[in-house]
This record gives sequence, C-alpha cells and structure tokens, in this order.
Amino acid sequence: MEVCNRRMNLWANGPSPGELYSFPGSTSCVGVGPVKTTLNPMVTGTSVLGVKFNGGVMIAADMLGSYGSLARFRSISRLMKVNDCTILGASGDYADYQYLKQVIEQMVIDEELLGDGHHYSPKAMHSWLTRVMYNRRTRMNPLWNTVVLGGFYNGESFLGYVDKLGVAYESPSIATGFGAYLAQPLMREVMETKPDLSRDEARQLIERCLKVLYYRDARSYNKFEIATVTEGGVEIEGPFSSETNWDIAHMVSGFE
Amino acid sequence: MAVEFDGGVVIGADSRTTTGAYIANRVTDKLTFIHDHIFCCRSGSAADTQAIADVVNYQLSFHSIELDEPPLVQTAANLFKELCYRYREDLTAGIIVAGWDKRKGGQVYTVPMGGMIVRQSFSIGGSGSTYIYGYVDSSYKPGMTKEECLEFTANAISLAMERDGSSGGVIRLAAITEAGVERKVILGSELPRFTVS
Repeated sequence: MEVCNRRMNLWANGPSPGELYSFPGSTSCVGVGPVKTTLNPMVTGTSVLGVKFNGGVMIAADMLGSYGSLARFRSISRLMKVNDCTILGASGDYADYQYLKQVIEQMVIDEELLGDGHHYSPKAMHSWLTRVMYNRRTRMNPLWNTVVLGGFYNGESFLGYVDKLGVAYESPSIATGFGAYLAQPLMREVMETKPDLSRDEARQLIERCLKVLYYRDARSYNKFEIATVTEGGVEIEGPFSSETNWDIAHMVSGFE
Repeated sequence: MAVEFDGGVVIGADSRTTTGAYIANRVTDKLTFIHDHIFCCRSGSAADTQAIADVVNYQLSFHSIELDEPPLVQTAANLFKELCYRYREDLTAGIIVAGWDKRKGGQVYTVPMGGMIVRQSFSIGGSGSTYIYGYVDSSYKPGMTKEECLEFTANAISLAMERDGSSGGVIRLAAITEAGVERKVILGSELPRFTVS
C-alpha cells in the first residue's frame, strides 16, 4: 500500500502510458495560436512522367485528384503550359499546384508586359522554382508538390525535377510518386540503350509506363494528358485512356 | 450538393448540425445566401463556414456595388478559395458555390478542404456524401431539366441522410435561375423512400 502511494505521487503529473507528453520547458505550446505550417496534403495527384526525345520533351500525368483513397476529381489537369518553350506537371497537393500555377502565370504576364522580347527559359524557371520550394521548406511551410519541368530552348531539351524539400535535378527521364518505382526503370532501360528517341518512340514509352501505373498504382486513373514541347511550341493533348489487358485473370483461380 | 442545368443550378442539403453525437440543430439551413443569384452549401465546421460565408458575403456585396453589376459566380467561388487556401491549416470547411450569372449561366464550383477550386457539372460534399458517390455516378445524366435535377438532388440527399448518422432532418432545396431563387423544404413523410423495411 505504501509503495503504491509513493509511486502514485511520483507519477501524479506525468503521462499515462502511451499518451503524448509535452515535456516541461519546451517552447512550442500545442494549441496556442494558429498553426503556420502545412501539415497535410488534401486533394492530391499521383505520378508525373517526363521523357526527353530528339527535338523536344514530353510530360504526362493522369487527370485524377484523390481525396485520400477516394477518386474524387476525375477530370482535373495537372499539366500546364508556362510559355512557348516550357511545360510543367505537378503531383502532390492540388491546391498548392493551383497556387503555383497562379503565381507562374502572373510572372509570365508580367514578363510579357516588360516587352523586351525575353521569355523565361526552362532552366531559369527550374532554378527559380527550386529556390521557392527550398525557401518554403526552410520556413516549414512547404508547397506539397513534386514538379516536373520540361522545355526546349536554343535547340536543347530540358527536363528537371523539383520537390517539396527543394531537391532538384535534371535527367533524361523523370518520374514522381509511384512512377519513380515502376516507370523510371522502364524508361531508363529504353533510354540507356537508345538515348536518342524519336517523338513517336517517346510517346510509346510514356503510354507503356502509364499503363503499368494504372495496373499497379491504387491512386491512379485511366484518363491522362500528354504535353509536348518542341521547337514549334507547346501542345497539350488529351484526355486519353490506356488499353488494358486483363487476360491473365482467366488463368487464375483460387489462391493456391 | 449542387447540380448545373441549362439556365441555372439546383442546390440541396440536409438540416442536421451535430456536436459529437448530439444534434445541436435539427432544422439548420446550410444553403447560405451570398448574393441574389449566388448561394453556397456549407459542410465541415459550422463556425468556420459561417465566418467564411460572412466575409465573402461582405466582399462580394462591396465588389458588386463597385462594378454596378451582379457579380459572377466564379468571382464568389474564387473569394471562397482565397480564404480557404490561405487559412487552410486553421479551417475545416468544404464549400460548394453555386449560382447563375449572365456570362456563363448556371455554374457549380467546389472548394474542398485544402483550398483548391474546380468547376463541376455537379458536386457533392459533407460527411454523408461518401455514401452516395455510387448513386450520383450511376444516376447523373448530362442535360437534365430543372425538375429532374430537383428529383436527383432530393433522392441523393435522402439516401445520404438514411445512412449517415451526421446527416438528417429535412431536405432543403433551392433552384437558382435568372428569375431568382425558389426555395423548397421536404420533410418527414414526403422524403424520398428507398428501403422496404
């Protein structure tokens, strides 16, 4: 009895087992004042794929906005034209993408108003975006997106990646989300043996990857758009659907 | 819930507000006036959505006076979006903005939690909406008349009220057209019924 009492006194203001405990002397008080950091993404987009080809760059994304596991918005575009030489695709939070889109579109308008004939190059856009995303992450209020930026400028193709941490790089093929695991190996396999793809070959590769992603990514949707940028400008085509083959279903019965 | 048709929109909602399991208000009006031809359907925290609606109501009324013209539905929807996106960490609000304007006719814009905005031909929201995705996906046809839209909305909300504990009471409907707003309430025995038992 005495032991019990003493232990209860020691434990009087402590945490119950399993409960979250705020250690005394910690600076942040949970629940005082508004939270000033993005905590969770709400409506999200899944993979974005990008591939360089001879004469340009191609980017693809499906048209789904998922609300957790719910396929809530089935006709939203996650690809945008920045200017005549740059395209952008985003995965992650759709509200943050819409904000980014608004900011970028305004930037492009402002630049047009300057009237000096200059336009943002894909590299410049990529560099700017990297700074923005990194700065937001440092302020602990990220734009919860992974962005694929493609462009064709001065006869050269550009394909870059920036994510919510400010991680940025360029590569001949890029895939975000699930695509990084499923599509990137397929793309690299083709591009390592044949680095110079034609536009049609790039299209076929992308469509093959999109099909695999539809088979295996539970947050994907069989409706996608493809954006292409070449010397001639930007083209965003869609919506398309993949032809799926379920023949193997007939070969399976039971689970043994 | 809100549905577009040629010439306007139909909006509908249940009338239950809960604090946990207690029904704080069983005759709530979740269809909120924003402007003469623009309404919003509120879901999520009642306090948050009422506060947001009040702000947008003020902003839009001011804007309309400046313009000396009825405001656009898209404008109202974007005002909601600005608030819902900026304060996304502090709000629990899922709002559907619907109305009629001269430029684009009947329009439905949905601003879910997180603060994105998208126009849809019809939109459902709130806790009860999860139970009726199947129903609306199978029953919706483009090009419905106003009466068909009213029936579609009433059926959908009735089904949601049946299954969702946080939904119930009466069905409030409104049809917004160039002519104005027609409000209706469906209660008790008049509710569309589906189950036999």
